[in-house]
Amino acid sequence: MKILLMGNPNVGKSVIFSRLTGTRTIASNYPGTTVEFIKGSLKLGQEQAEIIDVPGTYTLEPTSKAEEVAAEMLNEGDLIINVVDATNLERNLNLTLQLLGRQAPVIIALNMWDDTHHRGINIDTVKLEELLGVPVIPTVGVTGQGIRELVRRLPEAATPQATYASSNERWAKIGDIVSQVQSLSHRHHTWRDVLEDLSNHPAGGAVFAVLVLAATFFVIRFIGEGIINYVGDPLFNWLWTPLLMKLSLALGSGGFWHDILIGKLINGEIDYLQSFGLLSTGIYIPLAVVLPYIVAFYFVLGILEDVGYLPRLAVLMDTLLHRLGLHGYAIIPTILGFGCNVPAVMATRILESRRERFIAATLISIGIPCAALQAMIIGLVGQQGMQYVAIVYGSLFASWIIIGLILNRAVKGFSPELIMEIPPYRFPPWRIVGEKLWLRVFSFIKEALPIVLGTVLVVNILYMLGVFDFIANIAFPILTVLLGLPKETVVALSIGFLRKDVAVGMLAPLALTAKQLVISTTVLAMVFPCMATFVILARELGARDTLKATGIMIAAALIVGGLQNLIL
Amino acid sequence: MSQKIQLALSQMQAGQTGTVIQILGGRGLIRRLDALGIRPGKKVTKTSSTLFHGPVTLRTNQTQVAIGFGMANRILVEIDTST
Repeated sequence: MKILLMGNPNVGKSVIFSRLTGTRTIASNYPGTTVEFIKGSLKLGQEQAEIIDVPGTYTLEPTSKAEEVAAEMLNEGDLIINVVDATNLERNLNLTLQLLGRQAPVIIALNMWDDTHHRGINIDTVKLEELLGVPVIPTVGVTGQGIRELVRRLPEAATPQATYASSNERWAKIGDIVSQVQSLSHRHHTWRDVLEDLSNHPAGGAVFAVLVLAATFFVIRFIGEGIINYVGDPLFNWLWTPLLMKLSLALGSGGFWHDILIGKLINGEIDYLQSFGLLSTGIYIPLAVVLPYIVAFYFVLGILEDVGYLPRLAVLMDTLLHRLGLHGYAIIPTILGFGCNVPAVMATRILESRRERFIAATLISIGIPCAALQAMIIGLVGQQGMQYVAIVYGSLFASWIIIGLILNRAVKGFSPELIMEIPPYRFPPWRIVGEKLWLRVFSFIKEALPIVLGTVLVVNILYMLGVFDFIANIAFPILTVLLGLPKETVVALSIGFLRKDVAVGMLAPLALTAKQLVISTTVLAMVFPCMATFVILARELGARDTLKATGIMIAAALIVGGLQNLIL
Repeated sequence: MSQKIQLALSQMQAGQTGTVIQILGGRGLIRRLDALGIRPGKKVTKTSSTLFHGPVTLRTNQTQVAIGFGMANRILVEIDTST
């Protein structure tokens, strides 16, 4: 049996999904968190039912790719749990009435039930059940209230088969239902309203946004550095280094296995950035340098997502992003890109046109460094002074804008206007923030750690085989003449295709000047996406557009790197 | 005395409330606005506008919606200024 969870965007389907199945998913306070359907299972008596979290849709007549997915899924369901936002009954019922006309039986989860009280909304659920002809169960996804009741009443799901001739007729029916079941009472002006007024104000909103982004940056830096200095480095220096040194002695301080596992000793010591063995650099980079920033970034992102600030930022950025051929909503995939480009490229699905998805994905791959890369840039380039880090970020930001301006003119079509719902501000549910953080950090460890280790292994083997000397001699002219880099950097740049954090790590032993570090990290950030992003790009854009995007990236990286070489 | 003025949503002042009377657009636009609960006969309150002809935000029932300036230009609203 297939059970579909359907409803408007941002009504809490993903939260209810994790409640029903025990599967953790990412849930946030903005429309379009789920762009792909997610499956899980639920035991119903003897039977094992499959539950599918369908992307949110306002109507069964799709207007975006995510909504298309939803409409197609509908034909496969045996039962539909229609999740309805109780604080927004009228608009949600539009989809409900469309669903009631279909073949599959429907049951309604009247979610965000707790929010109705402090918003002064009273809903007569018994009456609503009677008028719709299907069970209506008040739920609070975040706390789990009503979920058991929902499961218990699943067999009562019904098929009223009510159809309406036109959308006007449907709206008339909705108006009639709402007037019978809902009454509004006075509500107090709350902190949310104050915040809402402030962030909506044209000038105040801009100031507010700058403050939020600045605070975000400092908090991420504070948490990231804090974990590195007080947890990561002490653990490695006091516990791991002595162990490795014993192993190093046991292996005879050299030889094949020593080089693979521990790497080269620098002045008789292990240098975690330079030794380049599997057990030294291979686990130090992902766990002690990158992981702290991953934790810090996703913690802050989770709060911003759940408070509901991102859609407001989208409204504010709309005018700028239109110049780049996008609209405001593209800010959400872009911000996700600062964590990892893979989910960012997937999230471009919330944009309506192919053109926008192409531009957004290309710009993310070029100008948005992921957390792993950023942690390494801050770690390595930051040693030379933060002004150099600022030059790298400034170059990336300028390229992002300029390439966007060019793509907007060069790619055929126009960018549609922004049209989106702005969710109310909510206090972040800590349990959800925590679960989401854990999920993202865990998937980093699970997916990135093996690739990092594999990359370090590949690097060692290629070194031993002398492949790098060969490549370095071929790429020599471009690197030295155009970019002013020593030929060894080509090795790091090509390894960037596997993992960018490891690639930056490979720059460490080369004794580059500050200028060369700036150029090489900037080129590395722009030139092509890492393998994981590349695969997702190919899946989302298709082979032809991925090639086009890659061409743009390589050209842009060489131009920007060349300019830096001339100017700095 | 009752006095009714018609204007585009984009021309409304922040905080003003009016009734949508017509949407000058194709089926696509009408359908998308309809899905968000914006259709002729609905009362809408403009909550804010952004600088440089950026998006306009408005409220219908409990929903806050942001729409592009161009779309806001094509939504005709009637404002009742009776005192």
